[in-house]
Amino acid sequence: MEGRLIAAFTTVAKLKETNEDLAEHRGPTLTVHKPQEYRGYRWGMTIDLSRCTGCNACMVACIAENNVPMVGKEQVIRSREMHWLRIDRYFVGDDISNPGVVLQPLMCVHCEYAPCEYVCPVNATVHSDEGLNEMVYNRCVGTRYCSNNCPYKVRRFNFFNYTGSYTDSEKMVFNPDVTVRSRGVMEKCTYCVQRIERARIDTRIAERRIRDGEVLTACQQACPTEAIVFGDLNDPNAKVTRLHHEERGYELLHELGTRPRTVYLARVMNPNPELA
Amino acid sequence: MAEPVLDVRRQLEGEPWVEGPIDDGILNKTLNHFVWKRPGRGWLMLFFLGLAGTAVLVNAIVITIARGIGMWGNNIPVGWAFGIINFVWWIGIGHAGTLISAILLLFQQKWRTSINRFAEAMTLFAVLQAAMFPVLHTGRPWFALYWLFPYPSVQRIWPQFKSPLMWDVFAVSTYFITSLLFWYLGLIPDLAALRDSSSSKRARKVYGIFALGWRGSSRHWHHYKIAYLLLAGLATPLVLSVHTIVSWDFALSILPGWHTTVFPPYFVAGAVFSGFAMVVTLMIPARRYMGLKHVITPRHIEAMCKVMLLTGLIVAYGYAMEHFAAWYSGNGYEEHVFFKTRAQGPYRFIYYLMLFCNICVPQLFWTRWGRRNIYAVWIAAVLINVGMWCERFVIIVTSLHQDFIPSNWAMYYPTWVDFSLLFGTICFFGTLFLLFLKYIPAVANYEMKEFHHELTHEKGLTELEGARP
Repeated sequence: MEGRLIAAFTTVAKLKETNEDLAEHRGPTLTVHKPQEYRGYRWGMTIDLSRCTGCNACMVACIAENNVPMVGKEQVIRSREMHWLRIDRYFVGDDISNPGVVLQPLMCVHCEYAPCEYVCPVNATVHSDEGLNEMVYNRCVGTRYCSNNCPYKVRRFNFFNYTGSYTDSEKMVFNPDVTVRSRGVMEKCTYCVQRIERARIDTRIAERRIRDGEVLTACQQACPTEAIVFGDLNDPNAKVTRLHHEERGYELLHELGTRPRTVYLARVMNPNPELA
Repeated sequence: MAEPVLDVRRQLEGEPWVEGPIDDGILNKTLNHFVWKRPGRGWLMLFFLGLAGTAVLVNAIVITIARGIGMWGNNIPVGWAFGIINFVWWIGIGHAGTLISAILLLFQQKWRTSINRFAEAMTLFAVLQAAMFPVLHTGRPWFALYWLFPYPSVQRIWPQFKSPLMWDVFAVSTYFITSLLFWYLGLIPDLAALRDSSSSKRARKVYGIFALGWRGSSRHWHHYKIAYLLLAGLATPLVLSVHTIVSWDFALSILPGWHTTVFPPYFVAGAVFSGFAMVVTLMIPARRYMGLKHVITPRHIEAMCKVMLLTGLIVAYGYAMEHFAAWYSGNGYEEHVFFKTRAQGPYRFIYYLMLFCNICVPQLFWTRWGRRNIYAVWIAAVLINVGMWCERFVIIVTSLHQDFIPSNWAMYYPTWVDFSLLFGTICFFGTLFLLFLKYIPAVANYEMKEFHHELTHEKGLTELEGARP
C-alpha cells in the first residue's frame, strides 16, 4: 500500500494506538466552504473490513442489480472492467512467503465535496440534496475528466457499446429499474438509488419516513457477514450512524478533504503467535 | 572625426535584416515568385505525401467515431492520453504566431516582419489540429460539439462554468478566431497585389474576392493600420491566456503531478518554446527551397534561437520548481509521482528524453556556432518539438497511471489508432502548410517593402548625422 492508509488493519494488541491514529482520518477538514446542510435524508454507508471475507458476493450482486456489462478478458487486461464495486486485495506483513491479506470493497464513496463534480463541463455529475453523487447518463458527453479527478478511481467508462449486441432474450436479464448505459458515457455506483426511490414511493403512500433497514443496497443485501451497512445518517438511531462514529472508523483519503459518505472500519486481527 | 563614429555605430547595429541589393521590384519578384510559378516536383511530392497522411487521419477519426474511444489505448486510471497530449502539443505550437505578430509588433521588434506571416499561418493550422482533439476525445462527440457551448436549450441545463474544460472551449475558440482574423487582415494588401498582378482571369477573380476590394488608397491604409494595431492589442493577452487556461485543465484537478501552481507560466513558456521550435523547423527548409534567404537572414534564425533559449530556461525552471515543491511539501503522493513514477517508473525513458530535449538541447544556443549553424539549429528545433510532446506525455500519463490508491494503478499502451491520429495531424498540418506556401506569399510583401523603406530612411539619417562635424 506504499505506506498509505488505505485498507487499515491492526491487531488486538495495538488496537488502542491504531484507533488514536485513525481519529485523524475522520471528521471535517479545514475548509473555506460553508458546510452544506442536509435536511431530510443524508445517505451514508459503512464497510467493516474486519467482517469482509472477500467472497465477492457484493460485486456479483451489484452487477446483477445495476446492469453492469461484462466486457471480456481482453478489455479487462486493458484495465477497462466495468465493475462499479471492486474488491481490492492487499498483502501485508513482512514474510513474503506467508503474507497476510487485507480486503477492501471499494465503490463510489459519495464525497460531500466531490472532485468529480466541479470538473464536468456539462453538469453531468451533480450532487443531490440527500448527498448522493449522481450521474446523469443522458447528459454525459464522456470527457472522462471526472474519472481523472476521482482519487478513488471508481468511475467506469463505456469505451465501446458493451450492451449493444445483446439479444432480446438476453435483454430480459436487465433490471428494469436501472438505465442501460450507452457507449461513451461514464457510470459508477449510485448507492442503489433506484432502491432508495422505490422505498420513497412506498413510504410516501404510507405517509411516513423511510425507516432504518428499509433500504438495502444490493451489495449490502448480498453480504453474508453484514460488513456493508447503509442508511440515513440524519437518523441518530440508525445502525449506520452508530458505525460512522465507531472508533475504528476512517474516511478513505481523508486528507484530500473530499468528505466521503462511506466510512471504513479498520480490520482487526488477532493472530495466534504459534500459527502466524 | 566622422568615420570612427560611423564605424562604432555599424558595429553596434549588427548584421542587416535584409540582405543583398533590394528594391520594391525585387521584393515583388522574389516574394510572389513562388505563387506564380508552376508547382515543382518537390512540392507536388510532399503535397501528395501529406494528402496520404491526411487519409490516415480521416481513417482514424472515422474509426474512433464509429466504434468508440475503446479504439484508443485509454483505460480507467489513464482517462486522458494521446488525445489530450496532442491537443496540448498542437495548441502550444500555435503560440509562436501570435507572439511574433502581436507582441513583437507592439514592442516594435524589427525582425518580426519577415517571419510573421509564416508563423501566423503555422499558428492557425496548429490550432486547427488542436481543436479537433477536445471534441474527438469525448465519448459522444456528436453531443460534445455543442453541449459545451452555453446556449438556451430545451434541456434547461447550462454548461458547468466551474469546469476548466468549459473555459477551454472559450479560450481555444477565441484564440482560433482572433488568429484567423489577424492573419487574414494581414493578408489583404498582398491578396490585392496578387489580384492585380495575376495573369489568369480565374486567379484574378479568386484573389479579388478575398482581397475585399482593397485599392490601396491612403484612406484604406489609414483604417487598415488602426485595425491591425487594435487586433494586435486584442491578440496579445490571448498569448498568455490560452495556455494558462489549458494548464488549468490540469492545475485545477486534485491529481498529484497536475495540481501545481507553477503550471500557468511554465505552460505559456513551454508553448512559446515549442512554437518557435516549430517555426524554425519549417522555416529553415522553406527559406532555402523558396529562395527567401535574402529576407529571412541568419540573424532572424539567431533571434529565434535566443527566444528558444530563454523560454527553454523558463521551462527548466518550471521542472525544477515542480520537483522542489513536491519534495518541500512533504506530500507523499506528490513525492511518489515526481521521484518514483516519473524518474524511476515504467515511463522513465520518456521522462529522460524530455529532460534531454527540453533542457540540454537548447543550451546549444548559448554559443554563436549553435545559433549560426543551420543544420544544428534545425536538429535542435526538431528535438525540442519531440521533447515538448514528451513533456505532455509525462504530465498526463505518468500522473494518471499511478495516483492515490495502488490497487487501481495500470499501464497505458497506445494503439495504432492513437499513432494514426498523431501522425495524421502532422500530415494534415503539413498539407495545409504546403497549400499556404503555394497560394499565398509566405512573407508579408507589403510589410517587407515598408520595412525596407524604413531601413533606407534610417540609414540615410544615420549617415547624415555621422557626416555632421
